[in-house]
Amino acid sequence: MLKLPVYLDNNSTTRTDPRVVEAMLPFFTDHYGNASSRNHPFGWEAEAAVDEAREQIAALIGATAKEIIFTSGATESNNLALKGVAAMYRKKGNHIITVATEHKCVLDSSKRLERDGYSVTYLPVDADGRVSAEQVRAAITDKTILVSVMMANNEIGTIQPIAAIGKVCKEKGVLFHTDAVQAAGKIKIDVIAMGIDLLSLSAHKMYGPKGIGCLYVRKKDPRVRLEPIIDGGGHERGMRSGTLPVPMIVGFGKAAEISRLEFDEEVARTFRLREKLRKGIMEALPETYLNGHPTERLPGSANISFAYVEGEGLMMGIKDVAVSSGSACTSASLEPSYVLRALGVGDELAHSSIRFGVGRFNTEEEIDFVTKLVVKEVSRLREMSPLYEMAQAGIDLKSIAWAAH
Amino acid sequence: MPYSEQILEHYNNPRNVGSFDAKDPFIGTGLVGAPECGDVMRLQIRVNPETGIIEDAKFKTFGCGSAIASSSLATEWLKGKTVEEAMEIKNTEIVEELALPPVKVHCSVLAEDAIRAAIKNYQEKSGLTAEVRDETLVLA
Repeated sequence: MLKLPVYLDNNSTTRTDPRVVEAMLPFFTDHYGNASSRNHPFGWEAEAAVDEAREQIAALIGATAKEIIFTSGATESNNLALKGVAAMYRKKGNHIITVATEHKCVLDSSKRLERDGYSVTYLPVDADGRVSAEQVRAAITDKTILVSVMMANNEIGTIQPIAAIGKVCKEKGVLFHTDAVQAAGKIKIDVIAMGIDLLSLSAHKMYGPKGIGCLYVRKKDPRVRLEPIIDGGGHERGMRSGTLPVPMIVGFGKAAEISRLEFDEEVARTFRLREKLRKGIMEALPETYLNGHPTERLPGSANISFAYVEGEGLMMGIKDVAVSSGSACTSASLEPSYVLRALGVGDELAHSSIRFGVGRFNTEEEIDFVTKLVVKEVSRLREMSPLYEMAQAGIDLKSIAWAAH
Repeated sequence: MPYSEQILEHYNNPRNVGSFDAKDPFIGTGLVGAPECGDVMRLQIRVNPETGIIEDAKFKTFGCGSAIASSSLATEWLKGKTVEEAMEIKNTEIVEELALPPVKVHCSVLAEDAIRAAIKNYQEKSGLTAEVRDETLVLA
């Protein structure tokens, strides 16, 4: 039986896998030691569990366990990567390169660094949301200390040419950070082959618990150093102090292990369901547009604009489906999505966008239900839309002198 | 954001969706908002020239649920009112009736603008086409 509402917002967060929860539970009530307690079995068990999780996470990205620094989540990881590198390598240079479509925590960390005297280049993206290795190469100066480019975008699912960018950074001797939050478990990651020096992950985007993430910090060729942003007991090689949340770390490790072991099957299944959804909607409804790259995109992601229908209005019509919209009405800032704007999507189509994120627990039945509902509601709202009526009558909407309000 | 019962009711069962022939002399059309802002409302009234009473009203809206509900409510309120009475409708009354949250107050403002724009359009047209109207009356 179909259970409502249907969750299709897996780029926002994911359901914790029951196998993850099961792995975590004993670490609340039985093995509750502090991983830093060196003198009793409680501490030893906790430390052993943390070490195992480190191995599991490292295995997902081709790193070694010692290179994993636990944080509270990817926002902290991205802050630490940017601010930590900037502070540590200040004498070497003050220039950082990033991209206009990065997550807010990268962009806002960059803005803070600018206020502190650093200079930041925000590379533009093409109409599919991609940046090229050549753009990165052209932006690098003798003052550049860090390049930060996300592996895959959270709103549109576009995948960046990470290995090519990593190669340029290696050639130029510049550190390379990538926010791989959306990519983990969906794209094969190999930090060595891709030339990555720092990489951010978040457990809750990969069916693990919220409140735990990590930063991979390369240990050799080169050995990356960071100025910590949280001081204290010197945990995590001195890069991030604070008692380790052992149950969360165990859950993160288990989530990484499941993602690695079930990778092929899961990518194939989410891709098939997403394509079924995308085709079902776009073939039934004219004037719908897929935002982001047609093929270089995450397997479960589809961001679609529905001309003549406003996104928040549509979300109300499909209230039995949990999705996100690039519409201004759904954001705190009342501005349409800056990511869609960076792609050159017009504001009217940004207002009309819905992000569908298919994940591990979605079923074929859910996809069929959502497809039918979206087609029905978009059709209903178009019949109610003056823009649709005008367009049908052959009026060029751009020719009208709209009173912006 | 949770929506009020009243918003949901109008969104799910919008009143008076549709169009009148904008060229008809007794029809007033108000088109307000802009696609790039995410709201466009088109509100139309049909006025009885003898009584000055709005006999019918229709709308079409591109926007969020609150914008659709605001315009749907506006058409309900317009029917049966004289043009002068209709000018008195305030956005705050729409806010109250639909229990619009603060971030959605602009939807009610847009609905008020649409009412005024439709009335203005009717008045301009009826002034300009007085001859046509008189002829129509004679024939009737």
